[in-house]
Amino acid sequence: MKEKLVLIGNGMAGVRTLEELLKIAPDKYDITVFGAEPYGNYNRILLSPVLAGEKTIDQIMLNDKQWYIDNGITLHCGKEKEVVQIDRRKRKVIASDGTIAEYDFLLLATGSNPFIVPVPGNDLPGVVTFRDIHDVDLMLEASKQHQHAVVIGGGLLGLEAANGLMLQGMSVTVVHIQDTLMERQLDKAAGELLRKSLEERGMHFYMPAQTTAIIGEDRVRGVRFKDGSELYADLVVMAVGIRPNIDLAKKSGIHSERGVVVNDTLQTYDPRVYAVGECVQHRGQAYGLVAPLFEQAKVCANHLAHLGYARYQGSMTSTKLKVTGIDLFSAGDFTGDETTEEIVIKDAARGMYKKIVLKDNRIHGAVMYGDTVDGAWYFQLMRDGTDVSAFRDHLMFGESHLGDAGHGGQNKAASMSDSMEVCGCNGVCKGTIVKAITEQGLFTLDEVRTHTKASSSCGSCTGLVEQIMSSVLGGGYSAAPKEKPVCKCTDHTHDEVRKVIRQQHLLSIPDVMRYLEWRTPNGCHSCRPALNYYLLCAWPAEYKDDAQSRFINERVHANIQKDGTYSVVPRMWGGVTTPDELRTIADVADKYKIPTVKVTGGQRIDLLGVKKEDLPDVWRDLNKGGMVSGHAYAKGLRTVKTCVGKEWCRFGTQDSTAMGIELEKRTWGSWMPHKFKMAVSGCPRNCAEATIKDFGIVAVESGWELHVGGNGGVKVRATDLLCKVTTDAEVEEYCYAFIQLYREEAHYLDRTAPWIERVGLEYVKQRIVEDAEGRKALCERFVESQKYAQIDPWAERASHDVERHEFVPLKLVG
Amino acid sequence: MVETMTDWIEIGTLEDIPRLGSRVVRTTQGDIAIFRTAEDEVFALNDSCPHKGGPLSQGIVHGKRVTCPLHNWVLELSDGTAVAPDQGHTACFPVKVEDGIVRLSLQSQHA
Repeated sequence: MKEKLVLIGNGMAGVRTLEELLKIAPDKYDITVFGAEPYGNYNRILLSPVLAGEKTIDQIMLNDKQWYIDNGITLHCGKEKEVVQIDRRKRKVIASDGTIAEYDFLLLATGSNPFIVPVPGNDLPGVVTFRDIHDVDLMLEASKQHQHAVVIGGGLLGLEAANGLMLQGMSVTVVHIQDTLMERQLDKAAGELLRKSLEERGMHFYMPAQTTAIIGEDRVRGVRFKDGSELYADLVVMAVGIRPNIDLAKKSGIHSERGVVVNDTLQTYDPRVYAVGECVQHRGQAYGLVAPLFEQAKVCANHLAHLGYARYQGSMTSTKLKVTGIDLFSAGDFTGDETTEEIVIKDAARGMYKKIVLKDNRIHGAVMYGDTVDGAWYFQLMRDGTDVSAFRDHLMFGESHLGDAGHGGQNKAASMSDSMEVCGCNGVCKGTIVKAITEQGLFTLDEVRTHTKASSSCGSCTGLVEQIMSSVLGGGYSAAPKEKPVCKCTDHTHDEVRKVIRQQHLLSIPDVMRYLEWRTPNGCHSCRPALNYYLLCAWPAEYKDDAQSRFINERVHANIQKDGTYSVVPRMWGGVTTPDELRTIADVADKYKIPTVKVTGGQRIDLLGVKKEDLPDVWRDLNKGGMVSGHAYAKGLRTVKTCVGKEWCRFGTQDSTAMGIELEKRTWGSWMPHKFKMAVSGCPRNCAEATIKDFGIVAVESGWELHVGGNGGVKVRATDLLCKVTTDAEVEEYCYAFIQLYREEAHYLDRTAPWIERVGLEYVKQRIVEDAEGRKALCERFVESQKYAQIDPWAERASHDVERHEFVPLKLVG
Repeated sequence: MVETMTDWIEIGTLEDIPRLGSRVVRTTQGDIAIFRTAEDEVFALNDSCPHKGGPLSQGIVHGKRVTCPLHNWVLELSDGTAVAPDQGHTACFPVKVEDGIVRLSLQSQHA
């Protein structure tokens, strides 16, 4: 017989837990749900748009009653089905109409109650709260018959209610006890801007004002304040806050403080009782935003399914007001104290305000009004505790770099129309994203990525997508500060995996997976290439490369194209070629009928449209002409771009071409976390564009400048100056040491730019410039690993039958 | 179970297919990708992703799934359906392995 699970509370957090549970253990429980509202499960955060007339109740239903039937769930819903007693000894719950359900496990998701201001008259007809469909119905009805609404509470909820009632044609006054709107999320300056723009829309404010009575006899007629003044009203909305609903838990003796106290597995002090959602208190925190609640749901489901590995470690949240056309963002501690510093920009005419609070060069809090596109970025920096000193001078101007591509220069989601493209890679419009969020019930960036593909390719529109999400959902969210796991197959981080590989001398992917208790039998397309690289980097002499754990391009040493053919790029050392090489390439192109021959940005020639089975022959012919693989497909050294330098150029100060060729001869074939590009310019005119390369060298009269961490592409990033050296030998030593540091410490698929931004330029300088012994050791390790890496993969496959099965069909049939 | 009139074509040995890898059988109706899992199970799918026609035989095999090399769609080897939230399906073909010999039938099955 199946075990019995009872859920008390038919809201978003509870039902989400059931959905997560059904995904991983569909047949584990007989499930019974009690809900005090007479509906299925709906999206409570979208009540504001319903009130504003932008959505209907039907559009915000997440699970209609049919869903419960389809999943074999017994649903008891309605006022008379409110659970009034939990008998923990006999393990059963009792509803007010006497309905009884027994449980093996109980899930509490009783949500929260609106706080009712304790003043006379607060129970008069015409006084409502803003919490559920019933409240919205009452307000919509009132707006048809009455004219004057007073909303008590100038916080998030109050302003959303006021905005909705205004859109329904009522004259609305917001009464607030403080002199700043949304004082828990905004500072005074931002609060003023918000008030101004709401006033421009016709909203009235009466603040600071303390309500002392609701007046009226058989219906509300007004509100009275402490100073004796009164406001006329025929509808009063109480929106001063919510409180975790813990009545039932308390009555049943389940330990509760402000909320029902749970541990990191969402278990209460009664091991048979779990709790999720707004009624919960976890590590002293209660959450009201939906995304953290869903994170709890996922973890709780994991334990209800007896899998027992997930852990909820708390969430950090940010806030967004769901009033169409108003952009506002707030996170963390934005007031600060004597230990913090502030950076502020204000442009009242543009309605723009930004404040960042820093503590020890780390973001402690942020408030933004008008221009919030960088909210997600600040939030991430805050969550990760990133030291911002390296880019503090342009921190206020946001993450976008000059030359960012892919989203048409848009940075304000609010001003975009539904048909405007957000994600340029996958052609996803704003309307599609909004629709997916509301109709599919998406709440996290990952979910939006998987369902819409927006922001899932190059990622340049992530800020916009997050803006859209928060304008629909009313808040941003992010897991507690922690490093990300390698992928969904494990909870271990990249750094932990690398450490274990070294310390335990692990020599194969299965060994790593066994040692770290991977959850999947042989990983996935994300973790296997990463593990293969980490093993190769740690044990260059011992590790046997696993071809099946490499992406196709690295497995067959060519770049797959959209039609399944491949492109082939032979190496041209330092971008220098000869008539013989060009003749060889021309002959190959003719002989194998290669449709396109193109000059690349890295100073070489690309042969596009080669059939897979022709690859070994093409390579053999290129090998005969003295050419080897250009690794244009590799997470590893790509090209070393050079200018002609002092041999020819009248401005040249050093022989940049020779330097480039030398570096390329020494570094080709090395595998790295991501692609790696170098360039050498012969003078500061920088014709080789060295300052947007991973390692860029610029010759000056007195020596060489070494630059690191640049890249072109989606987010153009200019390099940071590492140091200046005088001799050619120094250039080489610093270069190899830098590459080796990147190889050993960056996460797989990090290019040098994000790696340096994470660890800080100071750290890199310390390891490469200041620590001379360390630099030499890094350099030696690089040279050592190159002994095993510098084997031309084309020659191996063309002439020594390596991996032959890759290039011939198993069988021809018919 | 009744053995229906299936034409089994011998296509090679189990050892011809790399573990967690794939080989291609070229037919007049197009390429068929033959996959081998870590547990030596063998599956056959039309070598074309339902998304944009990417050659599945070139993807990374993990568990009983393959990831398309073009845009990372993940497909079930057992029936050719795309893993949610992606939606789509590619034809799958019966395969059997007896004494290390792999045989394929060209009568495609739908999930």
